[in-house]
Amino acid sequence: MSSASFSLSGLLSSFSEAWPTIGYLLGGAGTTCILILAAMLIGLVMGTVMASGQVYGPPWAGRLVDLYVWFFRGVPILVLMFLFHFGLAGLLETAAADLARSDLAARLFGARLNLRPRVSPFVSAVAVLGLCSAAYQSQIFRGAMQSIPVGQFRAALALGMSRRQAVAAVILPQALRLSIPAWSNEYSILLKDSAIAYVVGVSEIMSRFKAVASATHRYLLLYVLAGLLYYLLTAIGVRLLDRLRRRVRTPGLGESDATGY
Amino acid sequence: MNAPAQPVLEVRNLSKSLGGKLILDDVSLTLNKGELKVLIGPSGGGKSTLLQCVHYLHRPDRGDVFLEGRSAAEMGRRNICAFRQEIGMIFQDFNLFDHLDAENNVAIALRKVKGLAKAAALARARAELDRVGLADKADLFPAQLSGGQKQRVSIARALAMDPKVMLLDEPTSALDPDLIGEVLNVVADLARGGMTMLMATHQIGFARRLTREIIFMENGRIIETGRPDDLLAPASESRAAAFCAKLTELLGH
Amino acid sequence: MFDLAYYQTLWPRLFSGFWLSLSTIIPAALAGLAIGVVVGTVRGAMFPRFLVAPLNAYVSLFRGTALVVQLFVCYYGLPQLAMWLKPFFAARGLPELWRIFYLSPYAASVLIFALCSGAYHSEYIRGAILSIKKGQFAAARALGFTQAQTFWNIIVPQAARRAWPGCGNEIVYLIKYSSLAYIVTFKELTGTAMTLANSSFRYAETFFAAGLYYLFMTTLAAWIMRRLEKAYAVPGFGRG
Repeated sequence: MSSASFSLSGLLSSFSEAWPTIGYLLGGAGTTCILILAAMLIGLVMGTVMASGQVYGPPWAGRLVDLYVWFFRGVPILVLMFLFHFGLAGLLETAAADLARSDLAARLFGARLNLRPRVSPFVSAVAVLGLCSAAYQSQIFRGAMQSIPVGQFRAALALGMSRRQAVAAVILPQALRLSIPAWSNEYSILLKDSAIAYVVGVSEIMSRFKAVASATHRYLLLYVLAGLLYYLLTAIGVRLLDRLRRRVRTPGLGESDATGY
Repeated sequence: MNAPAQPVLEVRNLSKSLGGKLILDDVSLTLNKGELKVLIGPSGGGKSTLLQCVHYLHRPDRGDVFLEGRSAAEMGRRNICAFRQEIGMIFQDFNLFDHLDAENNVAIALRKVKGLAKAAALARARAELDRVGLADKADLFPAQLSGGQKQRVSIARALAMDPKVMLLDEPTSALDPDLIGEVLNVVADLARGGMTMLMATHQIGFARRLTREIIFMENGRIIETGRPDDLLAPASESRAAAFCAKLTELLGH
Repeated sequence: MFDLAYYQTLWPRLFSGFWLSLSTIIPAALAGLAIGVVVGTVRGAMFPRFLVAPLNAYVSLFRGTALVVQLFVCYYGLPQLAMWLKPFFAARGLPELWRIFYLSPYAASVLIFALCSGAYHSEYIRGAILSIKKGQFAAARALGFTQAQTFWNIIVPQAARRAWPGCGNEIVYLIKYSSLAYIVTFKELTGTAMTLANSSFRYAETFFAAGLYYLFMTTLAAWIMRRLEKAYAVPGFGRG
């Protein structure tokens, strides 16, 4: 801690010392964005399928989804990160390496392969955040689907659509529109959760600010700036999703003007 | 096969329980080509369930439905979809798709079920909307339409599938009195045009004018059937006549 | 992954961590709820702007930034603030005051959890108060209720029911996010699990077991919340 006086110049010199790292720091925002976009996409696809299964599928599908949601909503993301990256990923890597060295590989590729596949921290983090988000998104979509009158589903069947067609053509387009405010909430939660990914070594915002903070000892400045960056990214994402909501707005469908802040 | 009274739709011995209660008890009826039959009876008497079972939206516990001689009970899931496509259904509360405007409400099944190209489907949709007098409302969403207009869109939506039979489940009972006429006029036009229809309704006067057979249902059973003039004559002492008298007394017309 | 004998040695060893987790969760939950009630009421009940504006800033700050960042600022950043402020305090005859910025890992965790959780609680409580229909106030006034009577007899019972599902959910979140105390070196359940895993190299089993401990806490908490919600349910009074 070099700056021992309470003065503006101390703060300014903090800035000037941290300035050369600005590109590195902001690059972390890129990694964070890719991380949460990938996770949201996994969550969207899995969540839609799970919600459809729960609302329109057989009872056992509903119970399976309940079990999934219970687990992923009940266990902290930090623990899941550790479990996945240090535990399961290792098991996966060993299994894949064994497979490459096995008779099966010899038959398929003509040789036993000596591979050492690695699950990167980024892949682990995307998997964990995506699986968690799927649990939350499935419940968002479920709520939205259930709010659409059953009669519309019946009318779609009456026109000769199959159950799958009815869900895809009638229920989902409405449910997804209704989900946007909750989705924007999910985005801001996921963005903040993504900061946890630094623990397994993903080079996102938190990990980069932490590295620069440790090297320069400007803890307060850098962590406050990191906070600002998250605040900014939350605000931008929420704005964009609100714009999307306005664009796909349909008269009479979810008319409330909640922004999901 | 081309006998003059070939039934289009034949319902044989349908029974259905829901939640442990017998809702339909051994119901049979036939509809010949171009016929309009009217179901009347108290609410909860099984009219709605009958129509939904005929459409296989509810699978009946016993009995079968034949469309032009083909048994629904023997169809697989895929064929049931095709079966439903050939039977139009009009619901009490319209069930328009809230995220689509009027013409797309009509077009969506043409595209997804019949596989029509978008332009062709929309052209057909506009033609059907024109037929129910809504050509100028094609780009309005359900929330922007009156109840009567919504029900007419839903009729256009069913007609676009070229159904062999139409089932109408109290199409006017969710409407304000001043909007009932526009929907009944469309139904009357269809009847005159030779559409085969089975209609549940409380509009007795309308039924009398248009149908040659009234079916009275109570407690899940068909109690009486007959020509309206016979069945509803004040002197007939039928259950149907008593029911209609009560209805008229209640509504005051 | 399925070595049952190892699990049997795990349960008791994780148990001490479990108690430490509870010792952060319970005070943070109570303090958070208290903060939320006060802040939410002030923000929801038409208090003057100079009171509401700073509270709005507090809520949006804690809801808009990552909990990880808040913990880092509090644990690593505040001591630095103390260094800057030391001469400032000394000049005003308070030479020891800077020490309050040096928080133990435990204190930093509980403080941040309570503040963050309070921000979220206050949103539910504010929303619940705002959702009460105008007519209820009019009716209370017509019956001759004073403002205080209206508040305690009409607003609180309705708002509490509306806010409870959200607040209960927030407590479940708090249980999960208490694991983040690990990153400011507080050795609760997750930290204990990490130590055990590092010595046995059985990461999968150890973190799975730790996950089950959390699952137990969140499930129990959610169950209690639901029971309470049902016990006080009023027919036709929706979640709003």
